[in-house]
Amino acid sequence: MPFEIDIGADLDEVVCRAPASHIDEIASILKSDERTSFKYLRLLCVVDYEEEEAAFDVVYHLYSLEHQHKMVLKARILAADPRLPTVTTVWRGADWYEREMHDLFGVEFLGHPDLRTLILPDGFEGFPGRKSFPLHDYDEF
Amino acid sequence: MTDSGITTNVIDKGQGLADMFINMGPQHPATHGVFRMELALDSELIVDATPHIGYLHRGSEKLFEHEIYSQIITLFDRLDYISNFNNELGLVMAVEKLMDLEVPDRAEYIRVILCELNRIASHLIFIGTFALDMGALTPSLYNFRDREKILTLFEATSGARMMHNFFRVGGVKQDVIKEFPAQVATLLDELEAGIDDADKMLSLGEVFVERTRGIGVIDGDVALDWGVSGATLRASGVPYDVRVEDPYSVYDRFDFGVPVGSAGDCWDRYYLRVLEARESIKIIRQALEQMEPGPIQTKVRAIARPPKGEVYVHAENPRGDFGVYLVSEGAESPYRLKVRPPSFCNLMALRDLLVGHYIADSVVILGSLDIVLGEVDR
Amino acid sequence: MNEFNWTYVGVAVLGLFGLFSFLATVVLSLTWYERKMLARIQMRSGPSRVGPHGLLQPIADVFKLVTKEDIRPTNSSGLLFWSAPLIVFVSAFLVWLTVPFADGAVVAPQELGLLYIVAISTVGIVGLLLAGYTSSSKYSVLGGIRAAAQLVSYEIPIIVVVLAIAVLVQSLDLRDVILGNEVTIGERVLSFDGQGAIPFAFIMPLGLIVFILAGLAELGRTPFDIHHAESEVVGGPFLEYSGAHWAVFFLAEYINTFVIAALTVLLFFGGWSWPSPPESVFGTALEEWQTDALGVGWFLFKTYMVVGLFFWFRGTYPRLRIDQLMAFGWKSLIPLSFVNFILMSIVIFYEWPLWVMTAFSVPILVLGLYIGSRRTARLADPTTVQMYRRARREDGGNKLIPEGSGD
Repeated sequence: MPFEIDIGADLDEVVCRAPASHIDEIASILKSDERTSFKYLRLLCVVDYEEEEAAFDVVYHLYSLEHQHKMVLKARILAADPRLPTVTTVWRGADWYEREMHDLFGVEFLGHPDLRTLILPDGFEGFPGRKSFPLHDYDEF
Repeated sequence: MTDSGITTNVIDKGQGLADMFINMGPQHPATHGVFRMELALDSELIVDATPHIGYLHRGSEKLFEHEIYSQIITLFDRLDYISNFNNELGLVMAVEKLMDLEVPDRAEYIRVILCELNRIASHLIFIGTFALDMGALTPSLYNFRDREKILTLFEATSGARMMHNFFRVGGVKQDVIKEFPAQVATLLDELEAGIDDADKMLSLGEVFVERTRGIGVIDGDVALDWGVSGATLRASGVPYDVRVEDPYSVYDRFDFGVPVGSAGDCWDRYYLRVLEARESIKIIRQALEQMEPGPIQTKVRAIARPPKGEVYVHAENPRGDFGVYLVSEGAESPYRLKVRPPSFCNLMALRDLLVGHYIADSVVILGSLDIVLGEVDR
Repeated sequence: MNEFNWTYVGVAVLGLFGLFSFLATVVLSLTWYERKMLARIQMRSGPSRVGPHGLLQPIADVFKLVTKEDIRPTNSSGLLFWSAPLIVFVSAFLVWLTVPFADGAVVAPQELGLLYIVAISTVGIVGLLLAGYTSSSKYSVLGGIRAAAQLVSYEIPIIVVVLAIAVLVQSLDLRDVILGNEVTIGERVLSFDGQGAIPFAFIMPLGLIVFILAGLAELGRTPFDIHHAESEVVGGPFLEYSGAHWAVFFLAEYINTFVIAALTVLLFFGGWSWPSPPESVFGTALEEWQTDALGVGWFLFKTYMVVGLFFWFRGTYPRLRIDQLMAFGWKSLIPLSFVNFILMSIVIFYEWPLWVMTAFSVPILVLGLYIGSRRTARLADPTTVQMYRRARREDGGNKLIPEGSGD
């Protein structure tokens, strides 16, 4: 059961790297455990490191109102196979974040109830959030 | 949450069979922007609701990666286009934190005064349009008249009524005119009278109360799970206000109250914002007293290059908890700049709020969330 | 029975044409009046460019409506579609045949005037249903049914209040309501006063309030105008009409507004004769047609005041939801109207003096308003929102605690 978690710090944040395949279990523990009690998911974000490291970082910013502490949880997924479990079972508010990241970056969240396009027009091809997608020279559909 | 003894007006929260589907289309007088909602109805009752957003998506986050920080300030103005100063504040705070800059006091006070005035302007719009959704034609015009006065002051300060481009990394662009304190003081008296007018016209009126009490109730824990913030969360009894919880800028030097509701319905969300506008007036008065002459920008290079690192800052926008996540690689553009818009998260809870209500309530509930599509779609 | 002769028909047509012109002018003036009044309430200036003080604005509006393209949904039957606005308009117009503007200034006096009025105005509901049905979208059908349900429910208080007035005057003729009536029962001759001395508003204040509220709901005016707003979402009955045909609905709505206001003045405020009829003021100094004209002018002035009250409501109140509207009608107005009717009947039956009726009505009205305000105060309890203040936590951070709870 033990997961390999890399605990670090950055400015004033506690940054933890966790294995992507178990991110939902880790998130669930973080939410339910009394000492951490991270009931508030502030942000769910994908950072594209495709060019340098052929990977994406899925970043979760967590906050606890009771203890007034915060944490950053990061999971690394490979650009070639960008999938990881969803955390909508833990925080309902991850729903649209994950849909948006799926739209913009093509990251697939396994177990998400409804991964339709959210902010892009229906039928848009390509993943505009990625660095590899050009800012200007793409074909309008 | 329901210990106030007010029972909800929801008839049946069970799953009725939907026999009619209605599209509140992107062009609609009551959806506060381009927003589409599909409602599945069982005669008058809403059984299911699916919001569709993305009509105003402009690819902001990709654009941020290709622009320098002083250009990004103009883009941030246009995110939540009703509370421009609050958005700008989010960005400059993020860059300043990464660069470990100390902003001079006078600049901080100017920022606070402008942000709080913007909060009052935003809440005035909310009250007006909320009443307009229900058919009360008059309060919106009174509130827009008061907002005009605020916008005139903004124009004198920054040169533009709405898209200001006024805050800079390390301070503000230029000092305020010397009549500014006197003008703001007169304006505050007029705004107090204006907010009292709006309050008297609506808050305890029979029809208004019938339309908003017990409508769109959400429990505090459920709201927190959805990531709801701002007045919507506070109306459900969760006392979370970023200005108190995690003070930024100079908010820890002011003495102000934060209204918190307990019924979690539309009336509480509305009344909270009226009281918040009054508290903002108090903050501005204190800021005017405490403000002293001094520099308005620290010495910083024209093109800011924050060092490599990442940072998350958040501020209390009129709509809720506005977050900015900045990943910098030391360049003059951010590597990744993600905005956490409060309206986006508040809107996620819409389905929970709507199910079980009448279709005429959908407009009231959507109005009470106070969303701005500019920041939902980005 | 009158013989059929062409002179009679000619005179009737002229009279109708005159009435129609008069009503059209009134409707034009009402649109100007409403827009100006709403604008002043909202601190704007209203129409001010077209003509002096915007007085020619209604003409510009009519011109615009008439020159618009007529659109008809393909799936609707043409004849039914175009006839719906006509039914609504004609029923609104026919009510005016029995309204006495002054003593002798009536187009077609009827002995059963009050019955005729409520009967004809109900026909307009059919037109509304037809409009909803023939617009080919299912949302219009439902909107039409909902609007019709609202109108039918609020007909009942109107009818019962009108009955109470009829009991008071012992006649259904509108002229008797103003001038009084004499009834012979066997050997006794009973005379019932008109409104020359005391308008019925003072005798039946409960009836007045019920009539005004029910009338507002009949007209579909704020706070009861949900079927206008619903057209944004669902589709009200008028959704598919454009241009001149919508103008006919518009015309009918304003004529109805004027009718309800005119009936309020006639039934409760003495028409042209209160505080005193022009004849008694000017006596023989004026010709008969001049006192009639003065009477008409005075009647119109009072009606415009009441219409102004309706516009004032529009500028002030938000609108009720359809179920709240129906609950208000069925649970509050209908019982009150019946109470009013029964009390009036008792007072007339026992031949008590009329101030007894006032003595009965006023406490009931006050009680009703009190119950309503208690309910609102209970719902609008502002203590659900509390002010919290900043306080220090043990670990050095901040927290919010309710104001007044010491720390």
